[in-house]
Amino acid sequence: MLKEKDKIFSNLYGFKDRSISSVMSRGQWDGTAKFIKNGSSWIIEEIKNSGLRGRGGAGFPTGLKWSFMPKPNPTKPSYLVINADESEPGTCKDREILRHEPHTLIEGCLIAGFAMGAHVAYIYVRGEYVREREALQIAIDEAYSKGFLGKNAAKSGWKFDIFVHHGAGAYICGEETALIESLEGKKGMPRMKPPFPAMAGLYGCPTTVNNVESIAVVPTILRRGASWFSKFGRSNNTGTKLFCLSGHVEKPCVVEEEMSIPLKELIEKYGGGVIGGWDNLKAVIPGGSSVPLLPAKLCNDAIMDFDWLRENQSGLGTGAVIVMNSSTDIVKAIWRLSKFYNHESCGQCTPCREGTGWMMRVMKRLISGDAKLEDIDNLLEITKQVEGHTICALGDAAAWPIQGLFRHFRSEVEDRIKNKVSPKIAAE
Amino acid sequence: MMLRRIDKDQPETFAFSKSNLSWAKKQILKYPKDRQQSAVIPLLYRAQEQEGWISKPAIEFIAKMLKMAPIRVYEVASFYFMFHLSPVGKKAHIQVCGTTPCMLRGSEKLIEICKQRISKHQKEPCSKGKLSWEEVECIGACSNSPVVQVGSDYYEDLSEESFSHLLDELMEGYPEPGSQKKRFSSEPEGFFNSSKVKIEENRNASVKLFLKTSLREKNK
Repeated sequence: MLKEKDKIFSNLYGFKDRSISSVMSRGQWDGTAKFIKNGSSWIIEEIKNSGLRGRGGAGFPTGLKWSFMPKPNPTKPSYLVINADESEPGTCKDREILRHEPHTLIEGCLIAGFAMGAHVAYIYVRGEYVREREALQIAIDEAYSKGFLGKNAAKSGWKFDIFVHHGAGAYICGEETALIESLEGKKGMPRMKPPFPAMAGLYGCPTTVNNVESIAVVPTILRRGASWFSKFGRSNNTGTKLFCLSGHVEKPCVVEEEMSIPLKELIEKYGGGVIGGWDNLKAVIPGGSSVPLLPAKLCNDAIMDFDWLRENQSGLGTGAVIVMNSSTDIVKAIWRLSKFYNHESCGQCTPCREGTGWMMRVMKRLISGDAKLEDIDNLLEITKQVEGHTICALGDAAAWPIQGLFRHFRSEVEDRIKNKVSPKIAAE
Repeated sequence: MMLRRIDKDQPETFAFSKSNLSWAKKQILKYPKDRQQSAVIPLLYRAQEQEGWISKPAIEFIAKMLKMAPIRVYEVASFYFMFHLSPVGKKAHIQVCGTTPCMLRGSEKLIEICKQRISKHQKEPCSKGKLSWEEVECIGACSNSPVVQVGSDYYEDLSEESFSHLLDELMEGYPEPGSQKKRFSSEPEGFFNSSKVKIEENRNASVKLFLKTSLREKNK
C-alpha cells in the first residue's frame, strides 16, 4: 500500500487549502528554477530514467516523446498542449487534478515546456468541466501574480505562458490530432499521421500533446529523483498512478496507488469490495471503456499495469476500473459502450462511421437474444473490418470491448439466443 | 455522428452583451496573430450561456467577429454536442449521463423520472418552457455516478429520491451542487469523517465555500 508521504497528489480530494501559499508550504514550486538551470537534456534524461509512461491511455514513454521535439526555431515556435479532454467512460482522475491540485499541472507545464523548447502551453479542458476550468484559471492567475509564469517564469530566465482553452463535448477531441484541430477552431476530426505533431502540430508548428497526469507528476519526480519514482511498480511499469473505481463497488472513488497493484487489493482496500462480495464479481473493465473486459476468473490474479493487462488481452488504458457484479446484464453494458462510440464517431472514416452503427444495432438485438447464432460471427467480422482501418484509434476502441465480450462470454450470449428461439418454436 | 440542424424558428438578431463582448475580445488574444479562429468554441459557448442556445444570427455574428465563413462556424456548432441548436429549458436543462458506469449505478431510473416528470422526448422544453432533459455521454465523474449536469454544475451520487427532490428544487432556485450523498468529493464514502483526515477550512474545495464565492453569481 502506498504510504501517505509517497503520494504525489496530497490534496487529491480537495480537503486542504488550495491557495498558492498553502500549496507552496506543501512543497510545490520548490526549486523549479534549479531544474530549469540544469538544462533540458537533464530533465528529459530524468524523466526517461523514471520510466514514466503516458497516463492518457497509450502508455508511451513520456521522456522519449519530449525528445522527438526539434530544436527551437524562431519562425516556428514549439507548443506544449495539455490534453485535459478527459472523456473515456470510467475515467475521472484528471478532474481531481484540475480542481484540487492544479499547481502540480502548472509547474509541470513550465518544466515540460522548457524541456521541449516551448514558450506557450495550451490546456484543453473538456467543455463539461466548467468548475474545474475555473479552479485551474484561478491557480494560473495566482502563479502569474507570484511570478511563476510570465516573462521570467519562476526566476528561471525562461518566458512561459499558459492559456486555458476548452472544448464542447466531443469525445474524439481526446485524440491528439483531433484536439489540435479543435484548438485551431475546427471540427475535431483526427489528422493522418505522419506528419506527427512533433513535426507539424498546432498551427503547423512542432507540438507535444501530453495527458494531465503525465505532466502533473513531473515536478515531484524531479524533486524526489527518478530512482524514487521508479521503485514503485514492476520494471517497465513504474511509478504511482491514479485509479478510478466505478460501477458495482461499495465505495467508488479515485485513489493514488502504486503501479502493478493487484486488482483485487485495489477493489477491496479502497472500493470497499464488490457489491455482494468478491464471489459476486462478473467482470471488470480495467482501463476505461476502450479496453476489453476481464472475466472474474482472471481478476483474482490481475495486476494493474500496462504489461500484465496487455499479456491478458486487455489494457491499463487510463486506469479506470469499471466493476460489474453478477446482477449486470453484460451484453447490455457493452451495448451501451457501442452506443457511446456510435454517438462519438466523428464520421470522417467510413468503416468507423458505418461500422459503429452496425455494431450498436447488432448488440442491441443480442441483449434480448432476438438474433441468429450467425449474428455473433457477423458482428465479430464487422469489428475486424473496423479495427485498424481508420485514421485514429476510435474504430479500434469501438471494436475491442465487443471482441472482449465474446472472448469470455460467448456461451452466455449463445444461450440467450437459443432460449429465445426455443419458446417460439414450442409456441407454433 | 448525429444529424444536428439549426432550429426552424430563428430570432432576428444577436449581439453579445457589453461584458461578454469585452470578454470575447480578450479570448482572441490568447491565440497567435491571425489565429483568432481558435476562439470559436469559447465564443459560441459564451453566446449559448447568454441566450440559452445557439441561433443562426449568433453563428453569423461570431463568424464576422472571427473573420470566418459562417459555414465554418456552423459546422463547429453542429459538430460539438454541448451546443444546443434549439431552445432548451429556461430554468434548467438536465443532462443525464447514461454511459455504462452511470448505467450500472442506476441512470436508467433517472431517465425514467425525466420522461415522466419533464417530457417523453429529449430536448423538448416543458413545464411552461422551464425544464428540458437530455441523455448525454460520459461526463467524466464516474466515481460519483450516477451524475447529472445542470448548467455549469454537477449533481453527483444521485438516487431516485434525491433526483426527484433535485427536480423540485430546480424549479424553485439553485440546489447545492456536488455529491447528494454528502461525500466531500471523490473520496471513498465515509473516509471524510474518519479521524485520519484533517480538513483545512480555508480555501478547500468544499461546496459550502464555493457557494459563498462570487463564481456562482456569474453563472446565475
